[in-house]
Amino acid sequence: MQHQFDAHAANKLQIQNISKQFKSQSSVVQALSNVSLSIAEGEFLCLVGASGCGKSTLLDIIAGLTKPDEGAVYADEKKVDGPGRQRLVMFQESALFPWLSVLGNVMFGLKLCPDLPKSQHKTIAMEFLKLVGLEKFARSNTHELSGGMKQRVALARALAPSPRVLLLDEPFAALDAMTREQLYDDLQHIWETHRKTIILVTHNVREAVCLADRVVLMSPSPGRITQEFEIDLPRPRDINSIALSHYTQNITRALKGNQTLDEAHG
Amino acid sequence: MKRQLRASVFFISLVLIWQLAATSGRWSPIILPPPVQIAEYLWSAALDGSLWEACLVTLKRLMLGYLAGAMVGIPLGLLMSTSQFTEDTLGALALGLQTLPSVCWVPLALLWFGQTETAMLFVVIMGTMWSVMIATDTGARNIPPIYARAARTMGSDGWHKWTHVILPASLPYLISGLKQGWAFAWRSLMAAEIYVTILTGFGLGHLLHYGRELNAMDQVIGIMLVIIWIGLIVDKIVFSPLERLLHKRWGTGIIQR
Repeated sequence: MQHQFDAHAANKLQIQNISKQFKSQSSVVQALSNVSLSIAEGEFLCLVGASGCGKSTLLDIIAGLTKPDEGAVYADEKKVDGPGRQRLVMFQESALFPWLSVLGNVMFGLKLCPDLPKSQHKTIAMEFLKLVGLEKFARSNTHELSGGMKQRVALARALAPSPRVLLLDEPFAALDAMTREQLYDDLQHIWETHRKTIILVTHNVREAVCLADRVVLMSPSPGRITQEFEIDLPRPRDINSIALSHYTQNITRALKGNQTLDEAHG
Repeated sequence: MKRQLRASVFFISLVLIWQLAATSGRWSPIILPPPVQIAEYLWSAALDGSLWEACLVTLKRLMLGYLAGAMVGIPLGLLMSTSQFTEDTLGALALGLQTLPSVCWVPLALLWFGQTETAMLFVVIMGTMWSVMIATDTGARNIPPIYARAARTMGSDGWHKWTHVILPASLPYLISGLKQGWAFAWRSLMAAEIYVTILTGFGLGHLLHYGRELNAMDQVIGIMLVIIWIGLIVDKIVFSPLERLLHKRWGTGIIQR
């Protein structure tokens, strides 16, 4: 089943001329400098770059957790002014709440949806736990789960309130390779069936090529977008497939190019 | 079973040594009454009802004062955690007053409220609230920021954030703070009962005090034992289950017991 990304779809997210500085006592870091990007409804986009290129900061700004110094993010032509239920984040650490059971965690966001009847909370939460294959663990405590299972619960928690945009901040970075590969399959399946707009931040080029419609390269000091790659491969994709190599080679080369360029400037 | 057996052997030996020392004739029974005599006192006080009456009076005061102290301490602790300014002001105040032994409040309470229940209550609240306040603040300040971020993206804000994220996330600190507050409340009340003579209720502290006045050492030690028992029982039926629940949820407390 091949997903044809519709280039004419309305631009779901507009990132316009974002700049952001972080000041500490001793220095000023230009985390982002004049970054613009359009992301269409239902697109799977990966932000790739070395650490310090501002990719996580950009994700935070899209989420509304951080305010940009300049520029703005528009979701459906409305300016993003803070966190919103339409854009949910999944972090590198699962950030599950230890005081709640697995089910309680997945229900947390649902309980905050104003127009959802109370009777639906549990049903929907169980549905999403089933989707990530953890319905048997609904009553478990979060610390009883493995790292991969925790991230599945975090994914279910982010999906349950039905956000239109899913923001993933290196959610697979702390997992072992086997678990990670399983989650690539799961995520692709979920994206195909639920049609979310997904923005994934990663420093793993192969991961980006495996998952994304479009890979956006970023480069540090100042953080900016340097290049974009459309990934035109059939889905579902296998991380170990040879077809990915052509793209990963090009992107890795481009990333190294960025670095040598920076060193030459440095 | 084996654990309980060993513990019983330990305590029975302690009582036996005490009994032997008391009956050896080296010390006057006025100074060191044998355990049997203390048991006799407790038995008679239980039979004539004065012991139960005193326990009831004391526990009622303790509960009222402790709950009031915790209910004031928790919100103030949360308020204290909100900014540097509240930390520098409220925080410093709480820290200072927490180090003040609660018996120091007795003279002031007597002058302000006279020999009344209010004076008792005031001393217990002063003994409880500052430590609860500090524990709440510490708990709130030690929450991993990622919880707050995750909650914010899901739309948790304002009142919901405080009651559904910050308060439960600081539970590990809060519960040890409440436990410490309980111990402080106990101490404060005993100090108050020993020093504040009132007619509205005869508590354990009063029994202790009159035991001294009457040179009835069996009464003094007997009441001391009752105070220790109540402390242990409350720990076993209130705080231990809470702590177990917490460890189970959080997956902490790896030492097997």
